[in-house]
Amino acid sequence: MYPQGYRYTKDHEWIAVEGDRGKVGITDYAQKQLGDVVFVELPEVGRTLAAGEQFGTVESVKAVSELYSPAAGEVVEVNAPLAEKPETINQDPHGAAWMIVLKLADSKAIGSLLDAAAYEALVATESK
Amino acid sequence: MSELRKTPLHAVHVESGAKMVPFGGWDMPVEYSGLIAEHQAVRTAAGLFDVSHMGEFEVAGPGALSFLQRVTANNAAKLVVGQAQYSALPMPSGCPVDDIIVYQRGNERYMLVVNAANIAKDWAWLQAQQPSGCTLTDQSDAFALVALQGPKAEAILQGLTPVELKAIGFYRFAEAAVCGHEAIVARTGYTGEDGFELFMAPAAAAAVWRRLIEAGRPQGLLPAGLGARDTLRLEARMMLYGNDMDETTTLIEAGLGWIVSFDEVKGDFAGRSVLIEQKANGAPRKLVGFETTERGIPRHGYPVFLGDEETGSVTSGSFAPFLRKSIGLTYLPTARAAVGNELAVEIRGRRIGARVVPTPFYKRPR
Repeated sequence: MYPQGYRYTKDHEWIAVEGDRGKVGITDYAQKQLGDVVFVELPEVGRTLAAGEQFGTVESVKAVSELYSPAAGEVVEVNAPLAEKPETINQDPHGAAWMIVLKLADSKAIGSLLDAAAYEALVATESK
Repeated sequence: MSELRKTPLHAVHVESGAKMVPFGGWDMPVEYSGLIAEHQAVRTAAGLFDVSHMGEFEVAGPGALSFLQRVTANNAAKLVVGQAQYSALPMPSGCPVDDIIVYQRGNERYMLVVNAANIAKDWAWLQAQQPSGCTLTDQSDAFALVALQGPKAEAILQGLTPVELKAIGFYRFAEAAVCGHEAIVARTGYTGEDGFELFMAPAAAAAVWRRLIEAGRPQGLLPAGLGARDTLRLEARMMLYGNDMDETTTLIEAGLGWIVSFDEVKGDFAGRSVLIEQKANGAPRKLVGFETTERGIPRHGYPVFLGDEETGSVTSGSFAPFLRKSIGLTYLPTARAAVGNELAVEIRGRRIGARVVPTPFYKRPR
């Protein structure tokens, strides 16, 4: 369910790190909690984010959810087409619905995030 | 917090994997397969809703009609047996305690259907109006209520009841068997589509629900939750008590002048003088529909501005799944409430443009 190579936050974002870049999205659990996503607001390329800083918003018909950066870094890519097809977040949350790519300030800091097993355990507790 | 109440269909919802949420003290399904799919199913085929949390009061006896004339806004004398009427319980201020539907079941026998969250309040209110010549009974626990809504509703239901559904007009009902169980089959609803509401004994509900799902699936029916119910009613500009009207909004301001009767036969009722004055001279503000002209979703409680002046807040707002735009309702000063007028909604600190539009936002093709 949750890709092994990704790292996860307690706020239900994921980050996939390659070298000094980290691709960020929200988890399958998060999209299920939201329901049908109809609106997504993402930052501009060039913005610098601290770990845990809000970088955008996703909205379903019923709910609003803030997006928090899993790590510190500079936004170097934004998945702009996502704004036109926000339903992608429901369909492929761990793949095509990536949101931003960060140039990480410190790629080792990712080590403090949850791995797939720990995240699955967290989700299991929350869904009770 | 007290224990959430469960409808007779609660186990069926849980078993079918519905997402459950607290609503007005009840544990209710908010969605099954997905809000948008459920919303579209109701607009294009059919949807099935559990609304057993709604309350039912019976008013019976020789004084029933005169009691209703005194405590409701509409003219109950216009009803015939087998007919329903949208109405309200007005206060002396002209503001509603609740909005209700009155069903005439017999010569001196009526059923009031009230909002789930208002059952206790309405009951206390009605008792305080001192019913005379009639008996008031809270039958809320004696009824399960399911709503079958959508253009295919009649075709789906016709296979399961001997009553000729075509003969039941809008806001009319029949007492008939559905899947062999006694039911009130009413052509009423809260979605803007054709459809029926079926009142039945709690013990019959699960069997009827399953049969309706089974009969409707091939025609595109989906079980639907309160989420879709809310977006469907908003597209049709049907109001939600507690959001779009409450004890601070008069019926005229809320656009419900059409359910207020000043007919002589009706006589006096709470709020009559306020309402007749507002109907003649206009109310200071009115509830209008708007759509956004920029991206963003207006939601209940977000501030609304005309120029720099904060005029109020969004009473109901949502992304409208069928219309595919963002819509909402808000109260504006009557002089500035014309269709086409520009306003702004503040969404998380940012003002988004919007404009007053005619309502209902959605009207079904006939």
